[in-house]
Amino acid sequence: MRQLSLGVMLFAFWLILSGHYTPMLVGIGLAATVLCVFVTYRMNSVDEETHPNHLFLSTFTYYPWLIWEITKSAWAVSKVIVNPKLPISPTMTVVGASQSTPNGIATYANSITLTPGTITVGVRGNELTVHALVSEGADDLEEGVMDARVSRFERGV
Amino acid sequence: MMPLLIDIVSWALIAAGSAFVVIGAVGVVRMPDVYTRMHAASVSETLGAGLLVAGFILQAGFTLVTLKLLFILGLFFFTAPVVTHALAQAALHEDIEPVLSDDRRNDRATDTVAGQPEKTNARPSS
Repeated sequence: MRQLSLGVMLFAFWLILSGHYTPMLVGIGLAATVLCVFVTYRMNSVDEETHPNHLFLSTFTYYPWLIWEITKSAWAVSKVIVNPKLPISPTMTVVGASQSTPNGIATYANSITLTPGTITVGVRGNELTVHALVSEGADDLEEGVMDARVSRFERGV
Repeated sequence: MMPLLIDIVSWALIAAGSAFVVIGAVGVVRMPDVYTRMHAASVSETLGAGLLVAGFILQAGFTLVTLKLLFILGLFFFTAPVVTHALAQAALHEDIEPVLSDDRRNDRATDTVAGQPEKTNARPSS
């Protein structure tokens, strides 16, 4: 099942990047897809960590939420940048990650970094070290709204 | 009428995206140290790039180019945090101390060294 979805995605990738739909090129793409799926199957490297297809549906609700968060904080950071006084209050803090899988923690850490104004600078177990441009950014993360949202995403809802 | 409207929206998006890229660049110059500069750069690579690509998509219409543009955006959104994280880690490993107005690391970490990077793996022990 996981192999099948990997194959579909690889073939779609080929079709999008190729743009030439002659029988020979599509055939080569199909062959390359089958070869890749076969090799990864032999290597036993396709599992729920490397190809988390069970999270596919929940991305449709998580990504829009994340994009809106990014937009809000990008706007806030832009206002700080153009402010003549440059009102920054750099803060280092440690936030807990309540996710149970490595993928969940990576998603949380990357979401923090992707949001302007906060960067994950270190991960140890379930604790993320975060650098925030303004102290409010650190406060928001310590509140744990994003943490709870990523945990929900990780459970597939 | 419709093509004109699409052009107007598309150009508005491209102009706004360019504005955010410039704001990010100004921020990189104005910020005091490497960590705060990364925050400024992430404005360019998220909102700036996102609005630019949205404008390009409206110009391209329902074509293969649109799918490719979405791919580029997806690539940005998956690689940018990895690169930013690697850069911040490298700076910490090099003992570049961030300019901080508030350091809550030791109050909040349950493990006393959680806030510090692992020095043992940072450099080859030559």
